Amino acid sequence: MDRLAFLTVDGLSRGAVYAAMALALVLIWRGARIVNFAQGAMAVAAAYVAHSVTAATGSFWLGFAAALAAGLTLGWLAERLVMRHVGHDQPLNAVIVALGLVLLITAVLGIVYGNEFRPAPPAFDRTAGFAHLSPYDVFVFASVAVTVGALALLFTRTKVGLRLRASAFAPEVSRLLGVNVGGMLLLGWVLAAGVGALAGMLIIPTEFGLHPNAMDRSFVVAFTAAVVGGLDSPAGAVIGGLAVGLVLSFVGGYLGDQVTPLAIIVLLLAVLLIRPDGLFAKPAARRI
Amino acid sequence: MKIVGAFLLLLGLTWIIPAFQNYQLATVAAYLCATAGLTVLTGQNGQLSLGHGALMATGAYTVALMQNAIGVLVLSLAAGVLVTTAAGAVIGVAAARLRGPYLAGVTLAVAVVVPGIATMFDDVLGGDQGLTFYLAPPPFGYDFPFERWQAWIALGAALLTMLLLGNLAASRFGREFRAVRDDEIAAKLSGIHVARTQILAFVVSAAAAGLGGGVLAVLAQSVSPGAFSLTLSLFLVMAIVVGGLGSLAGAVWGAILLVALPDLTARVTDVFALSSAFAQRLEGNLPLAIFGITLIVVMILAPGGIQGLVRRVPYRLMVIAPLLRLVKGR
Repeated sequence: MDRLAFLTVDGLSRGAVYAAMALALVLIWRGARIVNFAQGAMAVAAAYVAHSVTAATGSFWLGFAAALAAGLTLGWLAERLVMRHVGHDQPLNAVIVALGLVLLITAVLGIVYGNEFRPAPPAFDRTAGFAHLSPYDVFVFASVAVTVGALALLFTRTKVGLRLRASAFAPEVSRLLGVNVGGMLLLGWVLAAGVGALAGMLIIPTEFGLHPNAMDRSFVVAFTAAVVGGLDSPAGAVIGGLAVGLVLSFVGGYLGDQVTPLAIIVLLLAVLLIRPDGLFAKPAARRI
Repeated sequence: MKIVGAFLLLLGLTWIIPAFQNYQLATVAAYLCATAGLTVLTGQNGQLSLGHGALMATGAYTVALMQNAIGVLVLSLAAGVLVTTAAGAVIGVAAARLRGPYLAGVTLAVAVVVPGIATMFDDVLGGDQGLTFYLAPPPFGYDFPFERWQAWIALGAALLTMLLLGNLAASRFGREFRAVRDDEIAAKLSGIHVARTQILAFVVSAAAAGLGGGVLAVLAQSVSPGAFSLTLSLFLVMAIVVGGLGSLAGAVWGAILLVALPDLTARVTDVFALSSAFAQRLEGNLPLAIFGITLIVVMILAPGGIQGLVRRVPYRLMVIAPLLRLVKGR
């Protein structure tokens, strides 16, 4: 029982971070019909910025803020300099360009910081205390909850949110009604990259440490989470993230850590083959 | 015939050029098997695979295991192709039901996760260290250079791949591949079994990647998970895109780039007097950065890649055409 409780808490804590990453993917998918395969690499870049700032100032929180700022900036740059210019006649084009970004970002990080692992100490103690909950888990839950809450408020309660949803839903009509669709797209990228950077800051201390490829596997897991929830649904991304976190935690805890990689592929394939639109998508009429 | 001619020319070249260049030539040939296979899948059938590095690993590990068990190279390479074909069939069946970013995501998962399997079964597959194996000396006596022998093996594999894939592209299947790529619904309406075509493309492409991975293992006489990371898979995609999506000639350009670019950047960094630590960082990462930038720029500005540019250069401007006319006396 004790073990079950521990694995549940640990799974939910990791799942919350995957949920944030998945949410970032969903934000961009809804706005631009692009899966941002560079999400993980951008998050790693933000984490390296945090590493530098913390090393220079000695303050973890300054570094944390710098990572978020770097994430927002990277999202802005990626959309303005690269993604905006990709032709959309083939769905592969955007994917391939995003992969180019992955190569570029990983290489620049490798040149500047080197390819060895750097320690990334967590902000809080990770040993479990009350009810198997470590202070770090609380920090993770709180920051993801605040982010998800803020995004939900933004999208449902503000005029900007309305415009964001409108331009994602019907770009042509929105443009006719005077919405700056390009600007909304840019805002979507910036928000998503910021959320992605937060997720990177939360997950890297729980893994091996900072490395240019530190988020490769986490990105795959987050993609799985987004697919479980359906790429179109923000609520689905959150639930999918938590569910995938739990599944991986149980598989790792009961079957062994080496099995988790295979579990990711099996889970991803199972969801895609059984419910390609995710577990939470409403059935849509087929259009030809 | 052009392919066979080029092959004979290169075979002659292996007698002239020094050992290291022979090794590089062999590496190009090994990559060519994989890039040609990926060209058929992505360029001609429209399915993007980010997992071909993992398929190369499958071929490479099979060759290593077979070499250690039996030690007959032809058998080992054949087994490598066979096992990878089976793996490709499994992924292909799943892939045929997936589209666009979903397929990219699944194959990305394969690329990220499969190298970890070597650690999972580290008693058989040697974990992070990988496996080394013995390669019999060339059957032409001991003073025959080993690198030339390796180049012959690799060139043979590349010739076989290019001939088979070239014929496939020109056949009914090739036309069906392209029909499915251009418009799935139209293809289905004209009686093409879309899923079967997609699975066939995946199987053929996986077989080629397996052969390429096997040959790469023969060149290094060892395999390790580090050699088949996600980066390799991304490199293969980069190579076929920059080379020119869709044409086997583009795959040749891509394979050459994969070997030439790292070598070139290493030479350039050698020229500047850099601190050794920084030079080391540059050597591994600068080609990566150049590949990334090239990929983005090519995709945005010249989606036809190198082969597209070559084709666009008017023949009159080229030197060969006037020369030809001179020879023919017109």
